Amino acid sequence: MAYIIEALNVCKAFGSNVILDDVSCQVGAGENLVLFGKSGTGKSVLLKCIIGLLTPDSGEILFEGKSLLNLSLKELNEQRKMIGFLFQSAALYDSMSVRENLEFPLIRNFKFSAADREKKVKDVLEKVSLENAIDIMPSELSGGMKKRIGLARTIISEPKLILYDEPTTGLDPITTKEISHLINNLQRDLKISSLIVTHDLMCANIVADKAIVLNEGKIIFEGKLEELTKKEDKFLKDFFSPEEIQHNSGSSNG
Amino acid sequence: MADDTELKGKGLLKRFFETISNLSLFSIRFFKEVLLPPYEFAEIKKHMYELGVKTLPIVSVTGFIIGLVLAMQSQPVLKRFGAESFLPAMVSLSVVRELGPVLTALIFAGRVSSGIGAELGSMRVTEQIDAMEVSAIHPYRFLVVTRILACTLILPILTLYVNFLAVIGGFIAMTLTESINLQFYLNSVADSLKFVDILPALGKTFIFGFIVGSVGAYKGYNAENGTVGVGQASTSSVVLASLLILLVDMVLVKVTVLLWPT
Repeated sequence: MAYIIEALNVCKAFGSNVILDDVSCQVGAGENLVLFGKSGTGKSVLLKCIIGLLTPDSGEILFEGKSLLNLSLKELNEQRKMIGFLFQSAALYDSMSVRENLEFPLIRNFKFSAADREKKVKDVLEKVSLENAIDIMPSELSGGMKKRIGLARTIISEPKLILYDEPTTGLDPITTKEISHLINNLQRDLKISSLIVTHDLMCANIVADKAIVLNEGKIIFEGKLEELTKKEDKFLKDFFSPEEIQHNSGSSNG
Repeated sequence: MADDTELKGKGLLKRFFETISNLSLFSIRFFKEVLLPPYEFAEIKKHMYELGVKTLPIVSVTGFIIGLVLAMQSQPVLKRFGAESFLPAMVSLSVVRELGPVLTALIFAGRVSSGIGAELGSMRVTEQIDAMEVSAIHPYRFLVVTRILACTLILPILTLYVNFLAVIGGFIAMTLTESINLQFYLNSVADSLKFVDILPALGKTFIFGFIVGSVGAYKGYNAENGTVGVGQASTSSVVLASLLILLVDMVLVKVTVLLWPT
C-alpha cells in the first residue's frame, strides 16, 4: 500500500522530558488510522510534528514520499495546503463569522471568484449539515457545531489527509457518532485519509481501519482494533477491556 | 538577605534585557514581512478604525484638559513677570513639542497595547494562531504586521488632533480671566511654532505608534499558560510600552536638540 504520510523514528523531548521515543507510523492512502494513548503520552505532539508546528529532535516525516522537514516556510506551506488539521477546540477564528472562517483559507491560498467561494462555502456547510449557520459567530455555536464548522473549514481546501486531534472529546454520544460518521463519509466520498488521535472507543469503532497505541513515548501496538482485546499487555488490557470495546461497538452499530 | 535582593535584582535586569532583545528581533521581522504580499489593506483599515477612532473620546478629553490646565497654571506665573502675552506660545510649544506626543502615546499604549496583547494572547492560547499556521497562512503577516502598521499610522493623526484640542483648551482658559480674540490667539500660536517644533515631534509619534503596536503584538503572540498568560500579556504590554515610550522620548529629545539646536 502507498503511504500518504509516514513518521519514521521520530524522537521529541522537551528538556529532559522525553515525549516521543523512536516512534514510527504510517497512514495508507484512503485509510483511517486511529492513534490511542493516555493523556500526556505525546499523541498531539506527534500530530504537531507532522504538520510542522513542532520540529522533531530526530527522525523523518514524509508526505507522499517527500520529506516535510528542512523545508523553507514557503515549501512547507505548499505541502500544508494538502493536509488538514482539526484542533481539539476546533480553533475557529472568533472575530469572524462562520462564512469568514470558511472563506479565510480560500481567499489567501487559492484564486476562486466570489461566486465560486460562496458555492464552496455552501457545499461544505451542507456536508456538515449546518447550512443555516453561515452568518453565525463562533461564540453562538455549541461544542458539536464548532467541531463541525472546524471540520468544514478543514475540508474546504480539499486536503488529501486530515489530522484529527481528539475530534469527539467533550461531546455527547449522539454528536460523537455524527462526527465519527462524518469522518467516514469524508473518507468514502472525498477519498481523504485520516490520522485520528482519540481515546474515545465509540469513535474509534466507527472510523478505524487500523489502530496504534502510544504509551510512554513508544508505539506498543499496531493492528486491527479487534486484535487489541486479545493482547496480554497489562496497559492494553486496562485501556481496552473487551467489555468496553463490545459495549461501544454495540452502541456505535445501533 | 542583601545577597538575595541583589540576586533578584540581577534576575529582573536579565529578564528585561532578554525581553528587549526578543522584542527587537520580533519587531525587525516587521520590516521584512510588511513588504511581502498578500497586502491586507482591509485588515489595516479595520484596525485603524478599531484602535484609532475608538480612542478618540479619551484622547479628546485629555487633550482639551492638558491645554486648559497648562494655561490656567501658567497664567499667574507669567503675569507676575509681565509676560502674559507669551501664554499662547508657551501652551502651543509645550503641547506640540512634548506633552501632546508623549501623553497621547501613553494613553494610546494603555488602551491599545493591552487590547492587542489580550486579543493575540487569547488567539494564541485557543490555538487560533496555530490554526492559521497549519492552513498555510502567515499569522505574523495577517495579525502582527496589520496591527503594527495601523498603530504607526494612526498615532500621528491622533496626536495632531490632541495638539489642536489642547491649543483650544488653552484659549478657553485665557478667556476665563480676560477677553482675548481667537484670531489673535491663533496668530500668536502660529507665529511661535517653527518647523523644528512640529516635524521632529510628529516624527517621533510614528516611532511611539510602532512601539505600542509591536509591544502589544509581541506579548500577545508569545503568550502562554492559558488565561493567566493572556492577563499577563495584556498588563505587561502596557507597562513595557509606556516605559519604552518614555525612554525613547528621552533619547529622541536629545537627538532633536543636537540636530536642530534652538
